[in-house]
Amino acid sequence: MTDDPSVVVAPPLPSAGSSLHRRDFVRLLGGGIIVLFNADLSDLLGQETRTRGYPTDFNAYLRIAGDGRVTIYSGKIEMGQGIVTSLAQMAADELAVSLNSIDMVMGDTALCPFDNGTYGSMSTRFFGPALRAAAAEAKAVLLTLASEHLKTPPDTLSVEDGMVFLTSDRKTRVTFGQLAKGQKIVRTLDGKAVTKSVPEFRVMGRPEKRRDARAKVTGRAQFAGDIRPPGMLFAKVLRLPAHGAALKSVDTSAAARLPGVVVVNEGGMVAVLHTDPEAAEKALALIHADFDVPGPAFDDKTVFAHLLSVAGEGEEREKKGDLAEGEKRSVSLFEGKYVNGYGAHAPIETHTALARLEGGTMTVWSSTQTPFPSQQAIAQAIGFAVENVRVITPFVGGGFGGKSAGLQAIEAAKLAKLTGKPVQVCWSRAEEFFLDSFRPAAVVRIRSGLDGAGRICLWDYQVYAAGSRSSEQFYDVPNNLIRTYGRWGSEIPKMHLFATGPWRAPGANLNVFARESQIDAMAAKAKVDPLEFRLNNTSDKRMRRVLEAAAGRFGWKKAVAPSSRGVGVACGIDAGTYVALMAEVSVDAATGSVKVGRIVCAQDMGVVINPDGAKMQMEGCVMMGLGYTLSEEVRFNGGRILTRNFDTYEVPRFSGMPEIETVLVKNDELTPQGGGEPAIVPVGAVVANAIFDATGARLFQMPMTAERVKEALK
Amino acid sequence: MRENSISFRLNGKPIRLDVDGDRTLLWVLRTDLGLTGTKFGCGESLCGACTVVVSKEAVRSCQVPMKAVRGKDVTTIEGLAPNGKLHPLQEAFADTGGLQCGFCTPGMIMNAYALLLKTPKPTRSQIRAGMDDNLCRCAAHHRIVQAIERVSAPA
Repeated sequence: MTDDPSVVVAPPLPSAGSSLHRRDFVRLLGGGIIVLFNADLSDLLGQETRTRGYPTDFNAYLRIAGDGRVTIYSGKIEMGQGIVTSLAQMAADELAVSLNSIDMVMGDTALCPFDNGTYGSMSTRFFGPALRAAAAEAKAVLLTLASEHLKTPPDTLSVEDGMVFLTSDRKTRVTFGQLAKGQKIVRTLDGKAVTKSVPEFRVMGRPEKRRDARAKVTGRAQFAGDIRPPGMLFAKVLRLPAHGAALKSVDTSAAARLPGVVVVNEGGMVAVLHTDPEAAEKALALIHADFDVPGPAFDDKTVFAHLLSVAGEGEEREKKGDLAEGEKRSVSLFEGKYVNGYGAHAPIETHTALARLEGGTMTVWSSTQTPFPSQQAIAQAIGFAVENVRVITPFVGGGFGGKSAGLQAIEAAKLAKLTGKPVQVCWSRAEEFFLDSFRPAAVVRIRSGLDGAGRICLWDYQVYAAGSRSSEQFYDVPNNLIRTYGRWGSEIPKMHLFATGPWRAPGANLNVFARESQIDAMAAKAKVDPLEFRLNNTSDKRMRRVLEAAAGRFGWKKAVAPSSRGVGVACGIDAGTYVALMAEVSVDAATGSVKVGRIVCAQDMGVVINPDGAKMQMEGCVMMGLGYTLSEEVRFNGGRILTRNFDTYEVPRFSGMPEIETVLVKNDELTPQGGGEPAIVPVGAVVANAIFDATGARLFQMPMTAERVKEALK
Repeated sequence: MRENSISFRLNGKPIRLDVDGDRTLLWVLRTDLGLTGTKFGCGESLCGACTVVVSKEAVRSCQVPMKAVRGKDVTTIEGLAPNGKLHPLQEAFADTGGLQCGFCTPGMIMNAYALLLKTPKPTRSQIRAGMDDNLCRCAAHHRIVQAIERVSAPA
């Protein structure tokens, strides 16, 4: 696959012992020029919990080999967000090599240093600067070598396209490969390397095509389910009918009679395996099992009252002024309760893993956002030392936060250990909807007030189950209190009946829906145009700029809502990036169905590394956001998940696609900020506000299904 | 000829397989033939990730029993660029960025391929209607439509 330089499968390092010291690690690296660097705040925090033996003072490295090729080793993974391209752009630019000479080795625990995982729009923000510095450091090393080689001071030399040459005579030159050949120079980034300023960018800041595109359009790109070692068995695991249920008895005898079926019943796991996945499926259907199923505690309709009832004490996140004072100054008070149900990640690739035991090492190819934490979880589950488990991450077919846990990899590893065969576990769609860690159902309550001058003087904000992300106040409110009650990752006991977890911009979608709906209601009451109301109430310059940029592109015309035009505005901050959306909708009053015709998205994300990639993420955020906004909701009754496939879990389709226009608001003063999530956060709010403008009806629950819109119109 | 022998054309070449006629095309492609470009997504014809073209019609291979392809012409994503030269649709998807994670991409391209066989110059609304049952969770819809338009628009 020489036409696809972006992802390389390299031979593993010799089996790394548990006490691998830096010196040994470096010895294993092979020749060339190597720069070790640490790129991740979360990894620094997580160092004490590391159990693997790799040195702990770096989490990625870059190597220039004797053939001049540059390889970046990182535990980050590619799941569609495009970092195989943007990270390579950064390294290519700082090193002054062509993009084509960069290879990426990613998400392989045997080849890459420890990394906590790929999430939170952090790869470009935190990994990027360190990678650029490492590349700049490597270039400095090469310049020194070239100076010795060409016997001329470094300041007489220039670097271009993988070559160092005499500035006054381009013919006197030496290639990176020639310089790196036979060397073994290892540097650790010390923070002194000088990286390029924006005007010096050659590869960064330019739109680049995806480097994984060719592999993906030809079907050659390998995902976890595409790896086929000889003798592989496909496993189907017996699932509980409901969360909280317990297996009473099981009879696998009928399944075992099918030719070629291997039955496993061990340690609470019942599974059937076969070389043909459909035969395994048939065997699964032949298992007779009885379960104890607890009665339903609550369902998708009563969950919100439940969340409030178990909420307990809140946690103050932000406090300013005094709520009583704010209330005293208010001439109008507003109370809103905003909710959304559970949401599924629903990547088109279900959780999949292949495990193979060979020579005492369990190798697991897994669709995961967190190969290293997964490696540890697998080791623990199968009783192996961590260094005897290797996790390899091929391309991941969508994650959105849902591939942070790795149950399927643990299942595959257990079954490979028990059967001695390579085992693939590929969840069915119903399993995916049952075992997913859902975005939590959540509630936001806001009490706010306006003073006589049309300024917000009171903001009392309480969020239950979602967490505080993107709830931070950017309006100029003198009396402001933001409180959270439980969030994914630190739920209040008994809050949920099943696992919850991060879903693209976790919690932020509801927080921004709530805040921006409430702001809109206040603007309407004050009889002020909703854009003008926002501008009147925030002095935050970045927010004002994105709002104005969106208005310019959209052609926003001032009016008090509801104007019956069906236009709306909403804005938010996420992962350091500022976003403003404007939308145009039409509402069918008879059916309640909402059609979004056009969305303009203006975004300030600091320095932009790959404008095309950034816009792709903005478009994807807007389009995906229409799902949580209009149609996506997990139905359940107690621990029983009633949503089993895409017929009842309605994700966005071509027919619902609005015109999407994106505007990057230039801000080269600021280092790159998040790109994979921010534009999704105001989608619910902008549609809700446009529905209000169209109809005068305000929606307080997402998704805003036709049924709910119709109800609101009554 | 044995009872379980099924002959058809696969990516332009004749092929004969000894398989149970009730097995589905998707898993025979992926398992017996190692053609893993065709993806499993939902198993119920609801997502389009497994789309292949059988005698000029886009079909969901997770719902097609092997006995139904007897004597037919089956084209999978691997058959679009037989000599390594990309099909114009593949070029256009790559160029416009009509993909992100890439998992739905083979099914998208095969569905678009069949759409253009039937309607070489579709309008935008015909493209949207024709692609509507193919799901892309990364939501690259915008650029997928652009890619199809690029191939179908008059030069």
